[in-house]
Amino acid sequence: MAEGEEGAAAGSVSEPLDLVRLLLDEVVFVKLRGDRELKGRLHAYDSHMNLVLGDVVETIYVVDEDDEDEEIRTVTKKSEMLFVRGDSVVLVSPHTSS
Amino acid sequence: MCAPSADERLRNSFFKTLIDNQVTVELKNDIQIRGTLKSVDQYLNIKLDDISVLDDLKYPHLSSVKNVFIRGSVVRYVHLPHNAVDVTLLEDATRREAANQAQKAK
Repeated sequence: MAEGEEGAAAGSVSEPLDLVRLLLDEVVFVKLRGDRELKGRLHAYDSHMNLVLGDVVETIYVVDEDDEDEEIRTVTKKSEMLFVRGDSVVLVSPHTSS
Repeated sequence: MCAPSADERLRNSFFKTLIDNQVTVELKNDIQIRGTLKSVDQYLNIKLDDISVLDDLKYPHLSSVKNVFIRGSVVRYVHLPHNAVDVTLLEDATRREAANQAQKAK
């Protein structure tokens, strides 16, 4: 691969997707439509924000409405390798353990 | 129709490497369909063979269906077998594509 352009063009941050490029092979936090969140290692992305994540933990927030009081329940699911369609993606951020 | 862009080709060729693998497609209406990946096109429309629906008591609609064509836009996730994915290759291809896009933007 042309490592020269890595320093000049590919290494610089000039557009939003460049920030995502810096997260390749890092654990990322992804917020999705439909009250879903993912945490996993970013292996690929494209301009549509289609993603491929590894070792993924998905958290779904579900509102339980049983007699009067609303309760927010979380459901977690795991997946070893996951392709995420870009139109569901709201944001991608570096994962900070908290 | 316009020609597929470079990153559409990239995503397409990634799925091409997964053909004949068992995958689970999760739709935006929460139905999960497991089957053998038979083909994928530029829109990420997907053809699956020998399908079974996870949680088929809740979703009995497809209990007699063997093969499906899924419109790409209704897909939320595709769960993949991790041993079928070469992550280093994928990351390199993504970096290369990002560099290409940056080049084009100039």
